[in-house]
Amino acid sequence: MNPKEYKYTKDHEWLCPEPGNKGRMGLANYAQTQLGDIVFLDLPQSGTRVAQFKKIGEVESVKAVSDLFSPASGKVLEINQSAVDEPKLVNEDPYGAGWLVRLELSDPSELDVLMNSDEYDKYEAEASA
Amino acid sequence: MKRHCLLPDISQPGRIGCSLPDLDVPSGDLPPEELLRQELELPEVSEVDLVRYFTALSKLNYGVDTGFYPLGSCTMKYNPKSHEDIARLPGFTALHPCQPEESVQGALELMYRLQEYLTEVTGMDATSLAPLAGAHGELAGLLMLKAYHEGRGDKARTKILLTDSSHGTNPASVAMCGLETGVVASDASGDLGLKNLESMMTEEVAALTLTMPSTLGLFDPKINEIAQLVHERGGLLGGDGANLNALLGQAKFGELGFDYVQLNLHKTFSTPHGGGGPGSGPVCVRESMVDFLPTPLVTGDNGRYRFSSPPRTIGRIATFHGNFNVMVKAYAYARSLGPKELKRISEDAVLNANYLKEKLKPYYHLPYDRTCMHEVVFSGKKQKAKGIATLDIAKRLLDYGLHPPTVYFPLIVSGALMTEPTETESKETLDNYIAAMKEIARDAEENPEILHSAPRNTPVRRLDDARAFRQLDLRWEIKSQKK
Repeated sequence: MNPKEYKYTKDHEWLCPEPGNKGRMGLANYAQTQLGDIVFLDLPQSGTRVAQFKKIGEVESVKAVSDLFSPASGKVLEINQSAVDEPKLVNEDPYGAGWLVRLELSDPSELDVLMNSDEYDKYEAEASA
Repeated sequence: MKRHCLLPDISQPGRIGCSLPDLDVPSGDLPPEELLRQELELPEVSEVDLVRYFTALSKLNYGVDTGFYPLGSCTMKYNPKSHEDIARLPGFTALHPCQPEESVQGALELMYRLQEYLTEVTGMDATSLAPLAGAHGELAGLLMLKAYHEGRGDKARTKILLTDSSHGTNPASVAMCGLETGVVASDASGDLGLKNLESMMTEEVAALTLTMPSTLGLFDPKINEIAQLVHERGGLLGGDGANLNALLGQAKFGELGFDYVQLNLHKTFSTPHGGGGPGSGPVCVRESMVDFLPTPLVTGDNGRYRFSSPPRTIGRIATFHGNFNVMVKAYAYARSLGPKELKRISEDAVLNANYLKEKLKPYYHLPYDRTCMHEVVFSGKKQKAKGIATLDIAKRLLDYGLHPPTVYFPLIVSGALMTEPTETESKETLDNYIAAMKEIARDAEENPEILHSAPRNTPVRRLDDARAFRQLDLRWEIKSQKK
């Protein structure tokens, strides 16, 4: 279920590395199921500088407002306007159409501290227990 | 006239609502030009257009007086009109809060008696009527509790335990008191997990706050063991009394082991509420906490009544004496029913909720299939599998002219539909709601688009309330006026 080629944070965000030190990030499936129906996304503007594990926005669901953290440092290239307009995309397709932010990575070595999918599968199973 | 146009939109230059007589006194000068505001552009309308405008707006209202209102945890029961008449008696409305006590003996006697009734109903030792709402009562309870522990020289107890089904106001009140929150997970049957409590009930814990019955509408059969454990470990047991409607005349907080409880007169004692008030959230306490009650209390001595202040009171938490007008209506309610009828309130409230539960169980997932109290919590799980969100179900109910239940709360039920019919609804009203919910369940299977696009019959369609909260637009601006 959790894509093999993605990297994951302990806060249940994912990062999908792209060529040229770029990457897309979003919420992991576990996070969207825990939050329930998502009704609002507050995402950073293009050009915003972000730091790894620091807050970059908010996700509001019918249950609560949660902070969104960046899985890596860098600069915001674009945000997924379709998801902003229709936040339920994050519930329906968290790893695809429900992606949130595209980043230009300033320090690709940071990805080494993220979990790979095997590690994250285990981490998720423990969180669900 | 279009349905949603605002008053400025029907304004016509020069049109007026009334004809003034000719001037028969000397005219004076207007204030200097720089003090006159030109930009106000007040609407210019005739009397009949104005009356139609406000009448049309009033028809958009929905309330207990217009239809069924099963909003869980809010106890939206019918509010008898005779109580409004009583609350409007000039002897109550024409009082000044600073009048000498001798001149307001009737009002003081009413407060005194209401204190006594609430003390009796909850099985406690004393009551303060000062708090203005349920969450305000919670705050008063926690401030008293802090004063109680500190008074014993115990300053280490800085944590309040809550359950994962608690009202959101519970942790908020804890934070306002500068205390910490610990969350005790519920067990598989929806009750407080006793083993979890046992491991968390340390010397840091000042109290456990428990809603009784819980927000799942369930009465925890282990309440005696819970109270015993909390007390053995030096803590107190606090009650969130939002659900008192289920217990009236059947069980008393004091006898269940609670040390204090906050009530909601606007819910249980049938006073109109919604849109933020007015409310009244009295706190009722056992002997050990009487000295800390918020001021003022009303004491009676040989038929003379006066305001008094407990020796170690947490002080004044509201201006003057609390929401007196709400107290009058609650008193009228208690008097018009009497002890026997008060008991029937809870019986009928519980019966109505269980009727809904049994009738709707085949159509909606029931996460805790037990006899419920005054409310029943379904979930939208069956419909979720078909791509229907709980919100779609709630919005579709609007098309039937019904107020939806509370949705997405309590948080431990995913996609919850928390339904509280109250005792004031007839079987026919409940059957009408059941029929609507059955049709919605069928449409979820056969015609999901009708749910996704609901509501269709309301003045406005589905609103983006999440965005509206964040991008507040509260003021009409001239730029929106017609060209």
